[in-house]
Amino acid sequence: MSLSLLLIQCLNGLQYGVLLFLIAAGLTLVFGVMGFINLAHGVQYMVGAYLAFAFYELTGNFLFALILSLVVALIFGLLLEVLVFRHLYNRDHLDQVLATFGIILFLNEAAKVIFGPLTLTMPPPDFLSGSVQLTENLRYPVYRFATIAAGLVVALGLWVIVVHTRVGMLIRAGATNPAMVSALGVNIQRLFMVVFGFGAMLAGFAGVIAAPIFSIEPGMGDNILIVAFVVIIIGGIGSIRGAFIAALLVGLIDTMGRSLATSTLGLIFDGSVANQIGPALASMLIYILMAAILVVRPEGLFPAKGAA
Amino acid sequence: MDRGLFIAGVIFAVLLAAPFVASQFGSTYFLSLLMKAMLLAIAALSLDLLIGQGGMVSFGHTAFIGLGAYVTGIGLEEGIENILVLLVIAIVVSGLFAVITGALALRTSGVYFIMITLAFGQMTYFTLTSLAAYGGDDGLTLWSMAELFGSDIVQNGGGLYFVITGALIGTWWLIHRIAGSRFGRVLRAAKENPGRTEIMGFSVFRYRLIAYVIAGMIAGVSGLLLAQHAEFISPAIATWKKSGELIIVVVLGGMGSRNGAILGAFFFVFVEEFLGGLFHEWKLIFGPLLVLMVLYARGGISDLLEARPKKAGAS
Amino acid sequence: MSVLIIENLNKSFGSVNVTNNVSLSVGEAECHALIGPNGAGKTTLIHQVSGLLPPDSGHIRFDGHDVTGLSVWRRVQAGLSRTFQITSVIPSFSVLENVALAAQAKYGSSFRFFKPAGTERRLNDTAMQALDQIGLADRAGVAAQDLSHGERRLLELGIALAGQPTFLLLDEPMAGLGRAESETLTEILLGLRRQIPMLLVEHDMDAIFRLADVVSVLVDGVVVARGTPDEVRADPAARAAYLGGGAE
Repeated sequence: MSLSLLLIQCLNGLQYGVLLFLIAAGLTLVFGVMGFINLAHGVQYMVGAYLAFAFYELTGNFLFALILSLVVALIFGLLLEVLVFRHLYNRDHLDQVLATFGIILFLNEAAKVIFGPLTLTMPPPDFLSGSVQLTENLRYPVYRFATIAAGLVVALGLWVIVVHTRVGMLIRAGATNPAMVSALGVNIQRLFMVVFGFGAMLAGFAGVIAAPIFSIEPGMGDNILIVAFVVIIIGGIGSIRGAFIAALLVGLIDTMGRSLATSTLGLIFDGSVANQIGPALASMLIYILMAAILVVRPEGLFPAKGAA
Repeated sequence: MDRGLFIAGVIFAVLLAAPFVASQFGSTYFLSLLMKAMLLAIAALSLDLLIGQGGMVSFGHTAFIGLGAYVTGIGLEEGIENILVLLVIAIVVSGLFAVITGALALRTSGVYFIMITLAFGQMTYFTLTSLAAYGGDDGLTLWSMAELFGSDIVQNGGGLYFVITGALIGTWWLIHRIAGSRFGRVLRAAKENPGRTEIMGFSVFRYRLIAYVIAGMIAGVSGLLLAQHAEFISPAIATWKKSGELIIVVVLGGMGSRNGAILGAFFFVFVEEFLGGLFHEWKLIFGPLLVLMVLYARGGISDLLEARPKKAGAS
Repeated sequence: MSVLIIENLNKSFGSVNVTNNVSLSVGEAECHALIGPNGAGKTTLIHQVSGLLPPDSGHIRFDGHDVTGLSVWRRVQAGLSRTFQITSVIPSFSVLENVALAAQAKYGSSFRFFKPAGTERRLNDTAMQALDQIGLADRAGVAAQDLSHGERRLLELGIALAGQPTFLLLDEPMAGLGRAESETLTEILLGLRRQIPMLLVEHDMDAIFRLADVVSVLVDGVVVARGTPDEVRADPAARAAYLGGGAE
C-alpha cells in the first residue's frame, strides 16, 4: 500500500464523509427536533442528483443547474412535509418508518419512469475539471477537492447558524427539549418546516455535487441513507457536531477500510481467502462500529444534550 | 367458535384444496405462487411474534431467512441431502445468530433497536455476498434438492406444497398458542408497559430474547423451505429493504393478528404478481397506498375485515 | 424484628445530594410513613429501595438479606412490592388480567408457551382474591384504560397485592384522589397494614395520621425528625420544614 494510494483513499474518504455529513445533518436535526424518522431523506439526495442532471441538460450551465436544483429541492421537501410528514410527527416510529418507506417506493419508481432505469452520468463543470498534481505520481481531480471544500464551507456555515443565530438556538433547544420549546410559545409548526426544508436542501445539495462523481440512478439514495443513519447514531442524534465528526469518521473508515482490509488480511491469510473475506469485512466495519456504540455508549459520541 | 380460528380454518382449507382445484386446470404456476405466499406468511408470522406481540420492530429479520436458505444451499453443495439434517442445522444456526444478536440488540429499544437490527441484517447480507464459492453477489442455483430418506416428498416435483402448508399451519398454531400462554401475556404486557412488567417481577430482557430466538428460528426454517422451492439462493433476501417489506406485510395484515400476517403475505405476493404483471410501475400505486394506509387505516386488513375501528395509538 | 432496614443510604445527582445518609427501619405489622416537602427526595428513596436506582453508598436489607445489588424483578420475587405515584398499568389488559399477570410472576414459571393462561384457575382465583381486597371485583372484566382515575389507583394496589408480597412500598397512593376515594383507600390500607408491613410516602395528612405507626420527615434528602404521628406533629424541625419549605 503505497503512500500515494493511501493519500488518495484518505481524500476519497474525506469526500465521502463530507457528502455523508450533508445528508446526515438534515437527518439528525429532523430526528432530534421532531423525533421523526425519515427514511425518505435518501430520496431527497436522489432528487437533488436528478434535478442537477435535468437542469444541466436544460441550461448547459452547472451553476444555474445548482441554484435551480436547490430551489426545487427545497420546494419538493416542503411539499412532502406539508402533504405527508406533518401528519406523522405524533405517530410512533413504526408508522413513520412505514410511511416514509412507501414514499421511497413511490419516488424510486417515479424516477425510473421519468428518467429511465439506466444509470445516468453528468460531467463536472468546466471550471472545476481537470486534476491537480499532488505529488510526483499523484493527481487528484479538482472537482473532488471542490466537493470537499464545499462540504466544509457548508459545515462551517451550519455551525455558525446553529450556534450564533436565534433560529439556531431554537433548533438546539428543540433538539434537547421539544416540548419545552413549544411551551415557550414558539411557533413549532414553522420551526419544524424550517428545519425540514433546510435538511431537504442540504440533502439535495449533496445530490447535486455528488452527481458528477457517482452515477445517477433510481434508488441511489437508499443505501447512502442507511449509512447516514449509522452516522447519526454514532455521532449522537440531534447533534450537528456529532454528525460532522461521525460522518468524517465513517467516510474514512469505510473508504480506507475497503482498500486496506483485503491487503491487511492478505498478511495473515492467503490471497484467495483474504479476497473473499476482505470486502465483506470492510462493508461491515461501519455497522460493527455502530453496534459497538449502541452497546457501549448509546447516546452517541457527541450527544445533543449540552452540545451543538 | 372464535372468529379468528374460523378465518384461519377457512384459509387452511382453501390452501389444502388448491392443488386439487389447480390440477383440474393443469396449472402449476398458481401453486408456485401460493407456495411463495405461504413462505412469506411463515416469515411474517414469526415477525408478528416480535412486532405484534412483543413490540420489537426488527429491521433485520430477513437475515434469518437468508441464513436458513444458505445453510440449505451450502449443505446441498457439500453433499448433505437429508432434509432433516439440514433442518436441524438451519435451526441451530438461526438460533445461535438470534441469541448473539438479540442479546446485544435487546439492550436497546425504540429507534436504536431498529437500527441495530438493521445493522446485523446488513452484516449478514455482506457476509453472504462474500461467499464467492456459493455464488457471492449473484446467488447460487441449486441443482439437486434435499430429500427425505430418498423420497422427493419435500421437493417441488413431490409434495413440497403440502410440506409448506403443513409448516404454515404448524407455525400459525405455535404462534397462536404462544399468544394465549403465560409467556405471551408477559410479552404483550412488556410491549405496552415494560417498566410495569419488570416491576411485577419479570425480567423483560429474558422474555424478549426468547421470543427473538423463536422468531429467528422460524424464519430460518422458512428460508430452508424457500431454498427448496425456489431452487436458488441469493443474498438479496437479507437486505434491509427486504426486511422493510416484511414489516410492511405484517403491518398491512394487522399487527398482533395471526391471520393478519397470513393475509398480508398473500395480499403482498398477489399484488406484486398481478398488479406488477399488468402495470410494471405498480410501486407508483403501492407506495402512496402504503402511506394512505399508515395515515388512515392503521389496523391493516384484519381490522378492515372485522370492521372494528382501531383506537389511535393502541398498538 | 425489622423487615426492611435502610442503612446510611446516599445518592447524588451531580452536585445535588438527594439522599443524604438516610437510615430507617420498618418492623413487622408496622406502617412507616415518609413525609416531606416536594423535592425532598422521597420518590428517589423509594426508587432505591425498589431497585430502580442504585444508591451511591449504603445498604438495604430485606428480610435479613442484603438486597442492595439485586435487580428490580428479583426484589419483587423476594416479596418487596411497590406501587407508583403515577399509575402504571397495562392499559389494554382487563383489570383481572393485570392482576393475574402480577400473580403469574409469583406462581410458577412464565416460560410456558402452550397452555392458555387466561383460563388458569389458580391465577384467576388469586387475582380475584386481590380484587376482593381492594373492592374492584365487580370491575374485573373492564379494560384498565377504561377505569376512572380512582379505580386505577386501586388497581395499582391490586397489582402489588397479587404477588402476595411481604412488604409494600407505596408511593403517594392517594395521588389525585378525591375525598371519598381517599377514604376508601385508607380503609383498605388499614385492613392490610397488620398483615403486610409498609413504607408509605404521602402528602395526605389525614391518611398518615390514621395509618402510620412511625413517621419520618425527609427534607432535602435528610431525615430531620422521626416519631409517632403526634410527636412529629409537635416537632419544631418538622414544622419548620413544612411551614417554611413550601409543601403542597
